[in-house]
Parts: sequence; C-alpha cells; structure tokens
Amino acid sequence: MNKLSSYTIKEIHRAYRDKILTPTSFVDLCLQKAIQSIELNAFTTITDDEAESHAIESEKRLYVDRKPKTLDGITIGIKDNFCTSNIPTTCGSEMLKNFVPTYNATVYARLRKAGACLVGKCNLDEFAMGSGTVDSIFGPTRNPWQYERNNWKIAGGSSGGSAVAVTTGSCVAAIGSDTGGSTRNPAALCGVVGLKPSYGLVSRYGLIPLVNSMDVPGILTRDIDDCVAVLNSVAGPDDLDSTTIKRDYKPIEIQDIDMSSVKIGIPKEYHCEGMDREVINTWSYVSDILEKENCIVKQVSLPYSSVSIVVYSILNQCEVASNMARYDGIEYGLRTDETYSTEELYASTRLQGFSEVVRSRILTGNYFLLTRNYNKYFIKALKLRRLISDDFNKVFNGENKVDLLLTPTTLSDAPSYEDFSLKNNRDQCAFQDFCTQPANMAGIPAVSIPIRLSKNGLPLSLQLMGPMFSEELMLNVAKKIESIVKFPSFDNTTLADKFVKI
Amino acid sequence: MLFRFIALNGVTIQRILSKNYCSKVPSKPVSTVQNDDKNKICIDPSTITLLERLSLVKYDTPKGIKVLEDSITFANKILHINTDNIEPLYTTLENENLNLRPDKITQGNCQKDILKNATVKEDDYFVAPTGNIPLLEIENKELPLKATNKNEN
Repeated sequence: MNKLSSYTIKEIHRAYRDKILTPTSFVDLCLQKAIQSIELNAFTTITDDEAESHAIESEKRLYVDRKPKTLDGITIGIKDNFCTSNIPTTCGSEMLKNFVPTYNATVYARLRKAGACLVGKCNLDEFAMGSGTVDSIFGPTRNPWQYERNNWKIAGGSSGGSAVAVTTGSCVAAIGSDTGGSTRNPAALCGVVGLKPSYGLVSRYGLIPLVNSMDVPGILTRDIDDCVAVLNSVAGPDDLDSTTIKRDYKPIEIQDIDMSSVKIGIPKEYHCEGMDREVINTWSYVSDILEKENCIVKQVSLPYSSVSIVVYSILNQCEVASNMARYDGIEYGLRTDETYSTEELYASTRLQGFSEVVRSRILTGNYFLLTRNYNKYFIKALKLRRLISDDFNKVFNGENKVDLLLTPTTLSDAPSYEDFSLKNNRDQCAFQDFCTQPANMAGIPAVSIPIRLSKNGLPLSLQLMGPMFSEELMLNVAKKIESIVKFPSFDNTTLADKFVKI
Repeated sequence: MLFRFIALNGVTIQRILSKNYCSKVPSKPVSTVQNDDKNKICIDPSTITLLERLSLVKYDTPKGIKVLEDSITFANKILHINTDNIEPLYTTLENENLNLRPDKITQGNCQKDILKNATVKEDDYFVAPTGNIPLLEIENKELPLKATNKNEN
C-alpha cells in the first residue's frame, strides 16, 4: 500500500477508477505520511479535517455523480504565505501567528475548484525571506535525504516545507512562491520538480507579497506530468490580480517533440566562483544528452546575470520596506500592549513581530530609499534590471538565438544545517540564488529538474529557462530530460522505519 | 527530396565536427562584472535614528548596525556599472496593456470579515492609541546609547 504515495496523478486517477484506491483512503495515507515525517517540520498546520472533507466531496463526484474533476482526490500542500479561508496563514512569522484569512488565494481557490484536497500549510522562511527554510518561528524544515537526527541537511528555501511535503509523499503537489528562486531552490535540494511560471501567468491574489514585481506562485511535484496538470488548473487571467495576462490560457500538452528543432543555450556566466565540481559535471552530462538527442547546443553569454543577486538585494529590501509597512498591529496580526502613542504601538509591535532578518531588510530598504540615495541605489538597480532582462531578450530573440537555456539550479547539493547556519541570511541567499534569481528579474519561466545523486547521496538538479510564456516547450524538453536521466526518486516507503518515535 | 537530404547531411556533418560535447559548459568560472571593492561603510547615528523613525522598528544593537553597513557594502558592488541612457525597468509587463474593468461595485458588505482579525476593537471600529506623537521618547532615550555603540565599533 505504501508505494501508492509515490503515484503520479494519472496513476492515482486510474487507481480510483479501478477502485484499488479511493480519495478518502488516499488522503488518509498522505496524512499518515505527514505524521510519520513530522520531525522534518514540513508543515505549519496539518489540515486533517479539511483534507478528509475534501476527500469525501471527491469521492461523491467520482462514484455517485460520476463527474470527476481534473484534480479530484489529489492531495496538495500550500505554502503558508498564501491566504486560505478559515485556516491560519502565518508566513512563518510572529507577526501573523494569529492571522486567519477570510478569503482564499486564487491558486488555492482554483485547486479546490479542480477537486484537490488540502493536507496542510507548508513551512517557509519568515515572509519567504531566505533560501534555506531555517528562519521560521516554527523552526527549520529538514531535508529527508540522508537524514540523521543530529546531522541533517537543509531543505532549501524559502518553500522548503512545500518541497519536503512532496518528497515524503505527504501530498502529490505543493504550491510555493518564487521571488529569487524560492521554489526551484528547495525543489533542487529535495529532488523534486519546481516550476517558476512566467510573471503574469498565474495569479498572485492572496499571496502575501515580498517583491511584487517578481513574486510568482510556484509548483512543486514529483514529476513533470503532475506539474503540468497543476499548472493547467491554476494558470490564466484573474480579475482579482491586475498583473495577470488577460489572454485566455491554452492548456499545455506534453507530447513527443522533435528535439532536433530545439536550440539550447549554455550561458557561460552561470559557471560562477564557488560552484561545485559535481554540479558542473551534471551540467555537462545533460548538455551532452541533449546533443545526443539532436538538439542544437551552444554557448551563449548573459553578462549582466552575474550582478543579478546584488541588484536583487537592493530591490528586495526596498520593496520589503514598503510591503512590511502594512504590519502595524491595528487591523490584524500581532499587537503589543503599548498604549502611549500610535507610533510607540507600531514600533513595539514590529520589534516583537519581526525577526532580525526582516527588520534589517526594512531598515536597509529605507536607507536605499532615502531622498539622497534613491537614484544612487534604487533607480540604479532598476536600470541594471533592464540590462539583465535585455540580455535574455538578446539570446532568445537576437541573432544566433536559442529557444531555451540550461543551467544548474543551485551551486552545490544540500548543505548541512550546521554549515549553512555559519553564514548570515544575505550571504546564504547570495550563494544559493545565483542561478535562479535572473529569471525573476526578467519575469521568464524556469523549471528545476532533478538529475542524479551526488557522491553524498543528495539530489543534484538543473534548470531550464525560456522566453516569456514558453512553458509548453520548456516543460516538454524538461519531460524529455526527465525520461532520459531517470532520477532515483526519494523512497518514501521507509519513512515509518526512519522516524520511529522514541 | 534532394534538398532535404543535403540539409540533413549538413546538420549531421556539423554535429560530427563538434563531437566534443563537454566544450559547451565552461570548465572555469567566468569572471563577473561586479566590483569587489570592499570599502568600509560607516553610518552615522543620526541616519540610524532617521531610519528607525521611518521604519518604525528599533534596530540599535551594534550587530544590527553592522548588518546594515554590510548590506550597503554589498550593494556598492554594482555602482560602477555604466547605466547611462538606460531606462529603469519597473515591471516585466511594461509592454502589456492593463485590463480595465467596468466601473461596478463587485465587493463590499464585509465589515465583519475586515474586523475579524483585529486584536482590539470597539463597536465597529479599529482602536489605536493617541496619534501624532513622534517616537521622541525612543530617540531621546537611546541616542546616547547609540553613540556608545558607535564608539565600540
């Protein structure tokens, strides 16, 4: 029975039709996985009541009405920075610990409408500011690969909870968010697929903002087919988000594509200082595979990509300074007992509600936004953002253009918590987001695909990027790579043995 | 038909010539355009006070100030890059039209929902302490403290 928790959506639906499995029994199985792996800390809330009632609805549609929906009985996890009606949404912060939204984020509403069952809300770095899922008031999320109670690897972040929930089979798919790599990074370190869609393809309504012009909801699944199924049910225009593209969404199909017509670029600047040898080898390995598949593979240059991280650090902190202004303790969230003045109440609430990482980003952001610094830093960063974005335009549209880019996702396999904690938050992000951040600058789609295991037995992943709204080609090529490399997925059947309670 | 054959052959020959696959991934790190000049930044206490008032957060520990200074040093790595005549890129959707919706009320009657998450409320109102008192207390209390912190640095 246990193996069922690594089934794909297609296999699960077949099992439902053949009545080997029912939505309620499958949901129970997933909840069981979530409990067995509780030590990994993937969830901030496990929503067992909701999951069970959602499963009963699915069961009725499947067996009584005989009108199943596309994701009926498919279990999902939602990162805890997406609003879910009547279910706490904390952002991993003291500030929103008591916050219970009265409305649903569009992605969650659409997944529910397609029949998905919510298993829980997933852990994250506070307000999604991080690349390790180590800065949450609920404690760090732990990577299931090579897990030892006293020596464990980080899950990556900031959507680490979502990645671990999918890896352990606690859910089939999870929603993350991606501003600088927060979906692709944990997907890469946990050995699952992580998609960052084009900016404007998937609604941000109900996603608590970090950097509005770069945030996108991300999708984490165990394979490309599942990722496409989830994307097809959440993508498309939304009246509640003015930044979604108002053209109708055409569902993506995975089919056998002619690889000889695909041109792949290898951007040389992505081989940066500090990149692990094993990562480079994996990159060459897949580049070779694509050539053997008759793709045209050539080296390209994206010179401004290398400053993406620094530019991002400026823009991120500026937007954080502005976005975090809403947390004052009056309308929602934490409120201290301070009664001397409104300003004192604001300041003491924000001191108590935000971690040092969040407060330092607010303060630094306000420094860059001071009248005397505004042009020097903020406008400068926005100009460089155009240069970074123009680089992509050139390789996708200029002479000698390519269709997709192949790069590593992270610079190494998952670091141990001990090593990772030695660095401060900014250096952690600067290191881990190097390859993923540029796609957010340009708004283009990117997907991280697990390739093989490192000598430490940890997942190594690569990233494909494409021009705006090229998800169809990108995911078809990703599917091709997936079918050739046959990544040895995490064996979640042994979870129960691994985490025997003492 | 003949044409196709030749075209195909052309591609194949090209492939054979470039059989050395690994060459596409650079074997050495590629240098970046950023500047690694690590000039130490020092923020004066009055700027810190200003930032705290603007941010409405307290951040006066020596460690906090160091984080701020480090972040500025980090940002300085890109200041030397020439961006003359480049327009800022605010949004990647700059070439898309914004959708206009009919001027009709679609939301409302949600007073209960809006008040639901407030910790303190009175009748149908949010409650705040007296306003328009700047964070003077904090400033006065802590300015000398900040000065000493600075000296320690």
